[in-house]
Amino acid sequence: MKETLTSWGPYIALAVTFAVTYGWRSLGVALSGRIRTDSLIFEWVTCVAYALLAGLVARMIILPLGALAETPVIDRLGAALLALAVFFLTRKNLFLGVFSGFACLVLLTWGRAGFVIG
Amino acid sequence: MTQTKAFARGFRDGLSVPGFVLISSFLGFGALIRESEFTLFQGLLSTATGWALPAQIAMVELYTAGASFLVIALAVALTNVRLLPMTVVLMPILRSASTPRWLPYVAVHWLAITGWAQALRVCPELPRPVRIAYFMGFSMVLWPGAMLGTLLGYFLAGSVPLAVSLGLVFLNPIYFMLVFASDLRIKARVWALGLGAVLGPLLHLYLPDMSLLVTGLVAGSLAFVIGGGLSRKKQGAS
Repeated sequence: MKETLTSWGPYIALAVTFAVTYGWRSLGVALSGRIRTDSLIFEWVTCVAYALLAGLVARMIILPLGALAETPVIDRLGAALLALAVFFLTRKNLFLGVFSGFACLVLLTWGRAGFVIG
Repeated sequence: MTQTKAFARGFRDGLSVPGFVLISSFLGFGALIRESEFTLFQGLLSTATGWALPAQIAMVELYTAGASFLVIALAVALTNVRLLPMTVVLMPILRSASTPRWLPYVAVHWLAITGWAQALRVCPELPRPVRIAYFMGFSMVLWPGAMLGTLLGYFLAGSVPLAVSLGLVFLNPIYFMLVFASDLRIKARVWALGLGAVLGPLLHLYLPDMSLLVTGLVAGSLAFVIGGGLSRKKQGAS
């Protein structure tokens, strides 16, 4: 029994994740057919969606999970602010904005390691 | 514009910055799979069927830590609750009178932040009947791209300099931040983004599990009120 569960466990976890995730998506489709886009409730749902996403993105930058958590928060904030600045200074060039954020974090991380490369 | 042309345009748009950012963010997931109890095949299956990175990470970490399937289901539900309002917002833009009833239920599987933000920006400019084709074209770059990222991350784990791999994982939130910052015309939406960005990390410290849901409801409702949502005359029956 234990061995069967060990070999099938990951597949059950995958199936559970898919079912729950697709559940939210399909519920969204069902509801979207009933909510008029010029209604107040639609406006409110839009606000909720944007607030939720902004909260998630801010959390990913300020309190990341995984390996990024090892970098100082000031480095991540600095890189994010630089990305924003470059983005708006280059008339919203997405590539340059994203790249400068990436480069800034990489250089800061290297710099803190005392330029130990290789 | 034909369906094929719209699909091709979506595909082409996916092949630039968004595709690259997404591949990079799944490198981290591939590395995580390698350290977990999951096989590479199961990791690829997770990317194909889950298609929502934060919940995939939560599932792998919880399972590896020995959590029950009920706990995994709850964590995934809370992490992915954003998909519900996102779908409600996007579907009216993607649908047209000629759309078969079943099609949105298939297409919605590929709805994730990157594709959602892209479709919200581009689709209103396209003729209604081809919008789903555009969304699917865009998704058909991202979806295989994410699986490629998972694969590369699995094999490259540990061989990329740490600073670079950190930078690659960092691309994802930076990209989202810039995409949301690029359109700040609607007052209520700006408030939602600002309040959400402040409240999200704060609540994460005190209510890690519920933080996203509460952030969305509290910051979103506040933004709705501040942005004048209640002062406007109601149209038709409420």
